[in-house]
Amino acid sequence: MRGFAKGAGIVLAGVMALGLGAPLAAQPIEDTLIVNEELEMTTRIPAPEYMAEIFDEVISGWHFRTGETRDMQRDDFDNPGMLFAEQGRDAWNTVEGDAGHSCASCHEGPESLAGYWTQNPRIGGDSNGELWAAEQYINNCRETRMEAEPWGWDSNQMKNMTALIASQSRGMPMNITTDGEYAEHWELGKEIYYTRYGQMQLACANCHEENNGQMIRADHLSQGHINGFPTYRLRTAGLVSRHNRFRGCIRDTRGVPYGIGSPEFVALELYLASRGNGLSVEGPAVRN
Amino acid sequence: MSGEVKPRVRVPGTAAAGETIVIKTLINHRMETGLRKDSDGNTIPRQIINRFTCEFNGETVIDVAVEPAVSTNPYFEFEAVVPEAGEFVFKWYDDNGDVYETTKAIEIG
Amino acid sequence: MELTRRGALALGAGAALSLVLPAASARAAIEDSIANFTGGADIGEGGITLTTPEIAENGNTVPISVAAPGAVAIMVLASGNPNPDVGIFRFGPLAANQAASTRIRLNGTQDVIAIAEMADGSFVQVANNVKVTIGGCGG
Repeated sequence: MRGFAKGAGIVLAGVMALGLGAPLAAQPIEDTLIVNEELEMTTRIPAPEYMAEIFDEVISGWHFRTGETRDMQRDDFDNPGMLFAEQGRDAWNTVEGDAGHSCASCHEGPESLAGYWTQNPRIGGDSNGELWAAEQYINNCRETRMEAEPWGWDSNQMKNMTALIASQSRGMPMNITTDGEYAEHWELGKEIYYTRYGQMQLACANCHEENNGQMIRADHLSQGHINGFPTYRLRTAGLVSRHNRFRGCIRDTRGVPYGIGSPEFVALELYLASRGNGLSVEGPAVRN
Repeated sequence: MSGEVKPRVRVPGTAAAGETIVIKTLINHRMETGLRKDSDGNTIPRQIINRFTCEFNGETVIDVAVEPAVSTNPYFEFEAVVPEAGEFVFKWYDDNGDVYETTKAIEIG
Repeated sequence: MELTRRGALALGAGAALSLVLPAASARAAIEDSIANFTGGADIGEGGITLTTPEIAENGNTVPISVAAPGAVAIMVLASGNPNPDVGIFRFGPLAANQAASTRIRLNGTQDVIAIAEMADGSFVQVANNVKVTIGGCGG
């Protein structure tokens, strides 16, 4: 137990060093998210059964941001993430590759993928029983159907496309399957979520489960849901993919992250997405 | 610039004569300040939108001198009077000499 | 050169305030920008509104609004930036009002200053302090 106690001491010191003293806003902010004056988003729900011992309520990261940041997500024009979704729409209609196809050749409009994002990542026909994230399905289409070059997982083209596809499901509840053939991936994701990484010895849970609502330096810790990804970050003034955020979090523990696109991160993505089951898809959301 | 520069504007399609309307504009642009260095330590040259204008039927609504402190993907919101049917012309002037232009027609109704 | 109220404050306050006020070279840049805009005219107060967040979650994208009824132009300065100039909004005959909103970069906690040139050639200014937070996670 000595090792555990030592580890816990380091965590405590780390959290204290990052703490800001008096919290600026200890609790998530009461507010209602209606996008474009018509699409009401579900941003707070009672915790699903398998989360009941963890949270009373599952709360979107939107509630943890300041008024100015929240406002940017209320209107597609004010949300710079939608600029990139529009670029994704241009790519959707662009013929590329030796087969002479665009996305639209098979899928028609991107509206045909409404609902897809509620069950991402998923095990599908193309994935041969593997758990694939949207990026893998997109590249599979590009390589096998379009005979085009795959996009980098974290490339602008890929993020533009995932923003377009996510936006087609906005307002729909996240609906991740956690049992059956998903169970082993979900368990792996859960294990990663609760594993302490890096010199800081921090697990996802230490910040986002035990300390959400608290300040980490000047940042208001959210519950760490991923229903708003790809997310427009004010900090980078661009879209951030789910895996990029995972990598950033583990790097911030001074640990060595899994690779972007690795099976571990896809499993973590599944588990994290399931923790937000019932929240509306918000992607592309706006965060700090 | 990586990727195509695409202006977006939001203007109502119709207005009453003399009505005040809200105009929002957004353009994807890095707004490179000229103060940053790349990984080799070389200064990344400045490249910004240095001017934004909005005219209606040849008359100025707003003319903005833009500096590097304006954020990436510059956003401008303002209000215009619509005296008659016509066309708004929006222009963004890039340091590299390019001018990105878009227009929006408005009806009186 | 016009000595602004803020400039006078900075000169009088001494070392205790030096951490929050712009360095001398930055003050000179601000004063140059103001002088270029006003031509050295006196600057009054009132009749101009500057809306800024009290706390900006990220300095890269800070929403601001300025309004000065009857103005022909409004200059915005970020007093703590390496280059304090943000922009000058000039209003034409078809502007419904002399107001605009944009998003700006702030290099840390600082005063944002707006100065309006009124139709009669007079100038008014307003300044707001904006606290820029440093996030917990660099992600």
